[in-house]
Amino acid sequence: MNLEIDIAGVKLKNPVMTASGTFAAGKEYSEFIDLNNLGAVAVKGIATNPWLGNPTPRIAETYGGMLNSIGLQNLGVDHFIKEDLPFLRKFDTKIIVNIIGNTVEEYCEVAERLNEADVDLIELNISCPNIKKGGVAFGTNCESAEGVTKAVKKVSKHPLIVKLSPNVTDIKEIARAVESGGADAISLINTLLGMAIDIHRRKPVLANITGGLSGPAIKPVALRMVYDVAKTVSLPIIGMGGITSGDDAIEFIMAGATGVAIGTANFFNPRATMDVLEGITEYCHKYDIMELREIRGII
Amino acid sequence: MREINKREKIQSFILENSEINPNIFRMIVSSNRMESEAIPGQFVNLYCKEGSRLLPRPISICDIDKTNNTLTLVYGVVGKGTKEFSNLKPGEYIDILGPLGNGYIIDKDIDKHILVGGGIGIPPLIELAKNLNGEKYVYLGFRSDIYLVSEFERIGAKVYIATDDGSYGTKGTVVDLLMKTNVDGGMVYSCGPKPMLKAVSDWAKEKGIKAQLSMEERMGCGIGTCVGCVCKIKKEDSWEYKRVCKDGPVFWSEEIVWNE
Ligand SMILES: Cc1cc2nc3c(=O)[nH]c(=O)nc-3n(C[C@H](O)[C@H](O)[C@H](O)COP(=O)(O)OP(=O)(O)OC[C@H]3O[C@@H](n4cnc5c(N)ncnc54)[C@H](O)[C@@H]3O)c2cc1C
Ligand SMILES: Cc1cc2nc3c(=O)[nH]c(=O)nc-3n(C[C@H](O)[C@H](O)[C@H](O)COP(=O)(O)O)c2cc1C
Ligand code: FES
Repeated sequence: MNLEIDIAGVKLKNPVMTASGTFAAGKEYSEFIDLNNLGAVAVKGIATNPWLGNPTPRIAETYGGMLNSIGLQNLGVDHFIKEDLPFLRKFDTKIIVNIIGNTVEEYCEVAERLNEADVDLIELNISCPNIKKGGVAFGTNCESAEGVTKAVKKVSKHPLIVKLSPNVTDIKEIARAVESGGADAISLINTLLGMAIDIHRRKPVLANITGGLSGPAIKPVALRMVYDVAKTVSLPIIGMGGITSGDDAIEFIMAGATGVAIGTANFFNPRATMDVLEGITEYCHKYDIMELREIRGII
Repeated sequence: MREINKREKIQSFILENSEINPNIFRMIVSSNRMESEAIPGQFVNLYCKEGSRLLPRPISICDIDKTNNTLTLVYGVVGKGTKEFSNLKPGEYIDILGPLGNGYIIDKDIDKHILVGGGIGIPPLIELAKNLNGEKYVYLGFRSDIYLVSEFERIGAKVYIATDDGSYGTKGTVVDLLMKTNVDGGMVYSCGPKPMLKAVSDWAKEKGIKAQLSMEERMGCGIGTCVGCVCKIKKEDSWEYKRVCKDGPVFWSEEIVWNE
């Protein structure tokens, strides 16, 4: 059996990756799993300069999921290159750097700073804050999604994954837009906008009122979006959203994903990525699958 | 603060799980070697069996028994997760990860200690008190019913009690009581609700005593990766968010930025 996959010319030893923002830069999880066994690690969103993030409470549990309003707290690209990258590079796994910005210029600046760095792929998180003047999230508008993709693609040396927001009317439109903007791959989904209220205190649970919903509760939505996008574009897709087991991962692959990423599951099972990998392997043994290509997009 | 590594989520055998006060439970579990590393002020993650409740519940280590290899946890039933725990029976298992976080720093040269606990912040002070040499002045604040008091007395601590409604000890807050007794010492250790910690911090500062405070925040992972559980910590002339689970939960009081 060969679980190797190819994302924009980068060979991953298996399809199991981590979802950005749920694995920090890998250090904490290296106490639980052998990072060498991962196809790739996607690190937390990184900006030009440190971002403080939002006030607390930032976390709320909901039925089969969680809400977060971390606000993309990060220490900036220089800190990542100096402190986190050397650690991750000690392992035989691919490194995906998730990049964030408030403006197209900021996205480009992070991408350019990473040109000199020894990373494998960059992932554009276009589900965050605002364009310079507008107040529209990049990922919820075709023009801005295509615009920022184009701009980053032009300055970056590394293959570009664009990560889509599910908070849109038609995910297919956005997928087409980033494909024509020059994306080399697509990852989806990011979190769904949600909220929770503490009825005893009569207040929202999160200080920020609303937050991003993730975990098993969003899996059907994520799967549908991966299915839709796979039918629409010809780029490789990294599917994520509520994956906790090998069976979940196989569903995403059957819906058309090339690789899968594990997010929230890491929080309640630090070995979740390895459980998914073992589950995929077991499934392939059971049905005599030699390569994932045999089942990819069969639905 | 001192740091300890962790390994994996372990099924722990429940030896006892009983209600020691209305809605307050004491759970004793086999420690699976956690006892050999754990230090006072650290916590463990408890996981629910019900699949819809995903996130771990952080609970402080109340007592470490190195002879019988057990941990005692004391928790209040406040929501669905702790309700589920309260229904577990001795002989059943619960998934535990730990010990997590950094505990209290113990300075062997200090011979007079002041411990201040409020509500469900009281349990971790037991293991702490056990590990301190010298005189121990323990100030406990409860709403109405009291618990764990005899445990402190057995360790040889001098215990002062305050209750909101005056049913035991002095009526009022634990900080009022602290001020009234005019105690002095080499270090203050505290765990409890934020307003109490702030008042303890102010009191300690005025007295010129160093204080270690255990902070609490909603957690996602408990191991330092989600950045959900942060609190404001001083940094040169500004501040930054640090993780309660990994950089704390115990911080020096002078590090904490209180205004939200
Ligand atoms: C480091 C640390 C140590 C702790 N030690 C203890 C302990 O020794 N004993 C104990 O009884 N409790 C302790 N807690 C609080 C405990 O984690 C929460 O009470 C528990 O997670 C609630 O779970 P639930 O499912 O019952 O409540 P939920 O249904 O999740 O929420 C019910 C209510 O509980 C409160 N709550 C939920 N999560 C937290 C949280 N992380 N911190 C504070 N309040 C919360 C909220 O007010 C919420 O409205 C500790 C918390 C931390 C961060
Ligand atoms: C706490 C938290 C932080 C996240 N931070 C980021 C981030 O920095 N960049 C990003 O592109 N996605 C971020 N995400 C989204 C995840 O990468 C993932 O797309 C989403 O959680 C869905 O997958 P899951 O259900 O497996 O968690 C974050 C999610 C969570 C829960
Ligand atoms: S709970 Fe996740 S970083 Fe503290």
